[in-house]
Amino acid sequence: MNLHKQDSTLQLETDVLVIGGGPAGTWAALTAAAKGSKVVLADKGYCGSSGATAPSGTGVWYVEPEVKQRQEAKLSRYFMGGRLAENDWMDRVLDQTYENMNRLAGWGYSFPIDPEGNVFRQGLQGPEYMRLMRKLVKRAGVKILDHSPALELLADEHGVGGAAGVSTQGGDPWRVTAGAVVIATGGCAFLSKALGCNVLTGDGYLMAAEAGAEMSGMEFSNAYAISPTFSSVTKTAYYRYASFYYEDGSVVEGAGSTKGRSVIAKKLLENRQVYARLDQAPADLQPLLRVGQTNFFLPFDRMGINPFTDMFPVTLRLEGTVRGTGGIHIVDDTCATKVPGLYAAGDAATRELICGGFTGGGSHNAAWAMSSGSFAGEGAAAYAKSLGQHAARREVHGLSSAPIVSSRTYGSTLQKPPIAAEEYIRAVQEEVMPYDRNLFRSDEGLRDSLYRLDRVWKSIRHEPIHLDYQAVKRREAAAMTVTARWMYRSAQARTETRGMHKRIDYPDVDETQRYRLITSGLDDISVRAQRVSEEAVSL
Amino acid sequence: MIELISDARCVACNLCVSVCPTNVFDKVVDDVPVIARQNDCQTCFMCELYCPADAMYVAPHPDRLSNRSEAELEQAELLGGYREQVGWGPGRTPISSHEFMAQLARRFVP
Repeated sequence: MNLHKQDSTLQLETDVLVIGGGPAGTWAALTAAAKGSKVVLADKGYCGSSGATAPSGTGVWYVEPEVKQRQEAKLSRYFMGGRLAENDWMDRVLDQTYENMNRLAGWGYSFPIDPEGNVFRQGLQGPEYMRLMRKLVKRAGVKILDHSPALELLADEHGVGGAAGVSTQGGDPWRVTAGAVVIATGGCAFLSKALGCNVLTGDGYLMAAEAGAEMSGMEFSNAYAISPTFSSVTKTAYYRYASFYYEDGSVVEGAGSTKGRSVIAKKLLENRQVYARLDQAPADLQPLLRVGQTNFFLPFDRMGINPFTDMFPVTLRLEGTVRGTGGIHIVDDTCATKVPGLYAAGDAATRELICGGFTGGGSHNAAWAMSSGSFAGEGAAAYAKSLGQHAARREVHGLSSAPIVSSRTYGSTLQKPPIAAEEYIRAVQEEVMPYDRNLFRSDEGLRDSLYRLDRVWKSIRHEPIHLDYQAVKRREAAAMTVTARWMYRSAQARTETRGMHKRIDYPDVDETQRYRLITSGLDDISVRAQRVSEEAVSL
Repeated sequence: MIELISDARCVACNLCVSVCPTNVFDKVVDDVPVIARQNDCQTCFMCELYCPADAMYVAPHPDRLSNRSEAELEQAELLGGYREQVGWGPGRTPISSHEFMAQLARRFVP
């Protein structure tokens, strides 16, 4: 037992606990509540502003239920994703997304309408969307705990039965026992300050793995977004209108927003600054773009730069698994993990099922968040119900790999002064941020990084954690460490180039490796192959 | 990175303390909130959007301040400027249903 009951000032019993209050978590909470479950939602920050969705606009994979359109939609990322997506899952997600988006309209989200009365539901404005989701969740009777990061899951011999954490505003511990838990904590962007992503540190991955869950597709974790060097805004859709230049105004051959991102990375590795200018956007489109992604223009306006006419320096900011596709392995249609009582949704779960190894960024992730949230919320509600009414009163204990201890006992458990969380974080960032380690991978580089990352893990995993708000940073550091190790172990196992995973020592696709890689374990990590359903998307 | 809470404009509603996803601000009894953990700011601009008094300014650079004075920011109409563009605040219409949004969608729908 790590977090002792008597230390907790806030104790709640519920049917379903949702960890994370972004789109996946709020859809899970809404769905579970609609099934009659009592629901608690704990967010590390603030449900409504936290996460990658809230700060900006996003496309949504909303496709009319018409055979040809659906077929085209399914094919759009199928081959780029290395044929690792599943036809049945794409169908389910398209159906559920269509239903949820139409529900949003009924609940008051104002979608754009043209003068002929056509409504456009292929996008959402994050601030508006997430403000509405918070309102709906509250109206459904869900108890929201803001600024309440979970530190560990609670379990007994039957499975997961809650979580414990700490309030970052006030420092009081909290403990929620539940019939079922949904992890909706997002992906891991390694504190790169990509837009809205600094709350996304892989916490849910770590907690799920400590409970015995597996990960899938962690090699698809090297998404880098183009952003101006002076900005956190990592929205890349508009770079389709960009040309890329050197300082003297000559063109960077081959550089581009999608396939040419590697060219930009190579130039940056050579210490040659690359500049962009959105000079391919037609004049009549420019005012529309300004409305479509308001905050894309915010940094430019504040710097006095016109991105349509002025060159500006760009960089590539790591978005890890947030726009990659790896995450917690799910074992059935309810987004259950292999651990009884534990479900995963949104970027916390693998998105290979709908986009394979190609980025989930933009519309697919948004669709996945709302549909997997619905699936997991329904699954968790049914599971909690199946346990009966005393489910929340089980004797559950904390699962943290490093002991989390109260002030009373902290001093006696420390054998030497702990290493600062920031030092661990920096050590992990040095392995996952450089383009020549993570974007362009090789056996030698991966082995080298893993040697150091394993040492970081060995050090951090035994250090007792003092139960206060500092505990959050220590658990983030541990989560990022183990996430990086899963990433590089699976990257080592995939001796080919597929989807976003690029091996410079294996630059081609190897058709015999058309399988998903499932990673498990904390101290000793193992990787196994899982076959992909043979039924391909028909052409 | 969060740079300014204007003493002159702030109404001490502490909404920024609540909505900041990375818990950058602290409440102060009988006073305006303070920027307590500036380095934790992730430059997501959400505090600006929620501030009902247009009292906040987030510099675009995630690691550097702009060092512009409040008077300069005010003159450049940057205090509350983002909130106005997004259509939040009394008497404004959220940008989500803006007619340009429909025109933009129309150009990309096959």
